[in-house]
Amino acid sequence: MSTAKPTSGADKAAAESSEQYLTFMLAGEEYGVDILRVQEIKGWDKVTRIPHTPDYVLGVINLRGAVVPILDLRRRFGLETIAFGPTTVVIVVRVMSGRDERTVGVVVDAVSEVYNVDAADTKPPPDVCGTVDTVFVKALVTIEEKMLILLDIDRLIGNSIADELVPGAAVA
Amino acid sequence: MTVDLEMAEIAKVFFQESREGLDVMESGLLSLGATADSENINTIFRAAHSIKGGSATFGFAEVAGFTHGVETLLDEMRNGVRPVTAEAIQTLLQACDCLREMITATEAEQPLDQVRIASLNGDIKHILGEATEAPAPVSAPAPAEANRAADIGGASEPSGWRVRFEPVADLLRLRNEPTRMFAELRRLGPMVAHADASRLPPLDALDPESCYLSWNIDITGQIPRGKLDEIFDWVDSGCRLEFTPNGGSAPAAPGAKASAPPQAAAIDAWSAETKAVSPTEAKTAAPADADRGAPAGAPMQKASGDSGSIRVATEKVDNIINLVGELLITQSMLSSFADGIDPNDLDRLRQGLSQLARNTRELQESVMQIRMLPISFAFNRFPRIVHDLSRKLAKKVELKLSGEGTELDKTVLEKISDPLVHLVRNALDHGLEIPERRVAAGKHETGTLELAAFHEGGNIIIEVRDDGAGLNKAKILQKARERALVAPDQELTDEQIDNLIFMPGFSTAEQISDVSGRGVGMDVVRRNINDLGGHVQISSREGLGSTIRIRLPLTLAILDGQLVRVGKEIYVISLLAIVETIQVARERVNTLVGRTEVFRLRDEYLPVVKLCDQFGIEPDSRSAEDGLLVVLEADGKRVGVLVDDLLAQQQVVIKSLESNFKSVAGIAGATILGDGTVALIIDAPGLISSAAKQGVGAVAARAA
Amino acid sequence: MSKKILTVDDSASMRQMVLFTLQGAGYEVVQACDGVEALEWARQSAVDLVLTDVHMPRMDGITLVRELRGLLNYKFVPMLILTTESSQEKKMDGKRAGATGWIVKPFNPPQLLATVARVL
Repeated sequence: MSTAKPTSGADKAAAESSEQYLTFMLAGEEYGVDILRVQEIKGWDKVTRIPHTPDYVLGVINLRGAVVPILDLRRRFGLETIAFGPTTVVIVVRVMSGRDERTVGVVVDAVSEVYNVDAADTKPPPDVCGTVDTVFVKALVTIEEKMLILLDIDRLIGNSIADELVPGAAVA
Repeated sequence: MTVDLEMAEIAKVFFQESREGLDVMESGLLSLGATADSENINTIFRAAHSIKGGSATFGFAEVAGFTHGVETLLDEMRNGVRPVTAEAIQTLLQACDCLREMITATEAEQPLDQVRIASLNGDIKHILGEATEAPAPVSAPAPAEANRAADIGGASEPSGWRVRFEPVADLLRLRNEPTRMFAELRRLGPMVAHADASRLPPLDALDPESCYLSWNIDITGQIPRGKLDEIFDWVDSGCRLEFTPNGGSAPAAPGAKASAPPQAAAIDAWSAETKAVSPTEAKTAAPADADRGAPAGAPMQKASGDSGSIRVATEKVDNIINLVGELLITQSMLSSFADGIDPNDLDRLRQGLSQLARNTRELQESVMQIRMLPISFAFNRFPRIVHDLSRKLAKKVELKLSGEGTELDKTVLEKISDPLVHLVRNALDHGLEIPERRVAAGKHETGTLELAAFHEGGNIIIEVRDDGAGLNKAKILQKARERALVAPDQELTDEQIDNLIFMPGFSTAEQISDVSGRGVGMDVVRRNINDLGGHVQISSREGLGSTIRIRLPLTLAILDGQLVRVGKEIYVISLLAIVETIQVARERVNTLVGRTEVFRLRDEYLPVVKLCDQFGIEPDSRSAEDGLLVVLEADGKRVGVLVDDLLAQQQVVIKSLESNFKSVAGIAGATILGDGTVALIIDAPGLISSAAKQGVGAVAARAA
Repeated sequence: MSKKILTVDDSASMRQMVLFTLQGAGYEVVQACDGVEALEWARQSAVDLVLTDVHMPRMDGITLVRELRGLLNYKFVPMLILTTESSQEKKMDGKRAGATGWIVKPFNPPQLLATVARVL
């Protein structure tokens, strides 16, 4: 699995009907993110904590000179947390937030595969979709007898950062 | 159409050029009051003329129309027809302002302020002595020429014309070619020209460059007189031209259309003779000639507003290219050590590393230099502002600027501009007295306002000095006590009293003038300066004047920081915010109402800010006496921040948290330390004010 | 062999507009910012037409025309001054100084080309 992906901004793939998704595991479920959003995959490293942030914002790291926030998806979805170790994986994504582009890292259990997904094969998410709020789910697709939950990573990250979960945390 | 696109592109040049021209006009007008010298007026006139011409050419009719009035007034002034009065100068200055807005609005395709334009037009007309009416159209029709035959109504078009053309001798020297005119005439209708060689001298007296011939031209067709005039318009003054219409409304031949004289039969005998000696074809050399445009690389950028781009002096860029080259050399020298280090090489390695450090530091300084602009960009507004304000307030003020070349970061420059304006307006409004008062106090009736800038210890200092009345300390103290900003029995030093004016809502002005004291007060000025990581204070002597001293970091991208440790976390605090660091003894620490701690620093009690509480970290020391207190000051307030350890002092590069995350209370940004980890930079002013809000107390009360 | 035109104007935007228009029509163009520059250049080189603005620093257009007429190479070169409609005086000054004619400002590209074609 290569660790760095060439980025062509945060635009949709040229081929409209088929998109590629990078999938990862999180508490037994397999999720997918648009591969064009994925900048790189790295291991877990020490973070610097930031005050006045929700618990799923673990802190920031130095990514080749850029200060990048790291979010813990288990905590974000209110799942049971596991200890971080040498096998912990951080997927670094580039997301659009309004007109700004952000680089953010998310901690997942493990990275799986890259799949070609045909838009025709996807189904809309049901109203109740288990752990994840369906607002963040673009679609569902079945590949190799597995169900993949395709995430709207822009919305998920944007929402996670904007969210004010800590009472009294005054914005400057 | 490509032409339209190209014109639009060139129009951008026009906008920039016009702004520069307006600056020239403004500074010219400001110095016009003192010396009405003709070179100055001409320069101002030319600038207005250029703007008029350009705006008309690029289709900006309203700008052209307005500028026309301005240009007319300036033209009269430079011709000595109109006196250069203060009123006229003032109107012209306002017209410059209006034009600036019009240019900006036109460029942004926004609507123009018609009310203002009409009002100023009225003022200009008034000065010109004309009755207020619709502004004169740009294209004023040229007055009829003396030797043009009177136009015969327009009742009916003649069926042809007879033209008598007697050119001046110089005709050919000026390259007004009869052949060309005849060709143009022929395009209008069938024509015949009969040459009249009666004035032709004998050959030995003939000057080949002169024209001795005249012509009688008959042309047929329903041709409007105007078209004939056009063809001859370059020659009709000086030459004798008569136009006689055939038929039409000519009284001599009622109703009858005069027939055109026979055409083809007439031999144009003149054609051989009228070909005057044709000028030798100019030799075309082929010089390599580049268009001489503006000199490349001259730094020139408006300080306020525009943040999008910077024009950089070429030398600055060249310098960086050199340094990068040296950096690469040092780096490759060091990388050659990768193959087996032997102890003898250790010295060279150290040398190389120190050289690398030097290269990097120089490169960094050079890069920062690119963003540096001289403070003159901010100071340049002030001649005009002082001129206008002193008129308005009926005060006499001399403005002195020094250190205009002192450089500072572009963003700092942009942000300090408005606060400076406020300070200057304040000094003029409240500091400097009216001439009578000054004379009564034994001073010269003209007050002095000085703006000075200089570098001091890695910062830039800006001083605003006036020789006015100074601050009324008693009044200030009283007001502060009234507003409970100061305890009734609290004693303050003179300096402390002076600096009370920076507190919010503090205005001792009798009435709030619309010049200053409008709630956009000194407290906002101080906050803006603090936000830039700077510091401001005032010192004043009653009757003699005041000096406001602003200290600013040279750049916003880099910070001189103090690293501190709280528990396992490392933070950075700007050295500019740190007053001192102390270790307090237990006796000097008190707990207020069971929760917050205060400590005594000389003669005041300051609150203790515990980062462990603010940031939710596990510290080593939980109480002030166990750790170190870093005394921070911002906005006139001081607090002691409790830390476990003081680490190194170093320059850090400020990275924004907002680019990938969002802003966080108490945190100004982040930086990357030498070991690659991220350290958060503490927002001193923010921390202090939020501590205040949490009821930790400003100028703290004394414990019982 | 394309005709060469010397244009003189202290306004960069006008120079660009004229350059673009004339070059687009196939003329070779040489430009100067003011009369002094133009005159110095003209002492060394020749052109087929001179177009000059009137109001310029250092040396105005009318003086330039007068000076150029004193150069052998420029004795018979057509010269046009750029003038505004209302300044009848300037047109006459121009003629007295030796100008062939004038172009009235403001003008658009087609007008410029048409007028240049009258003399070239």
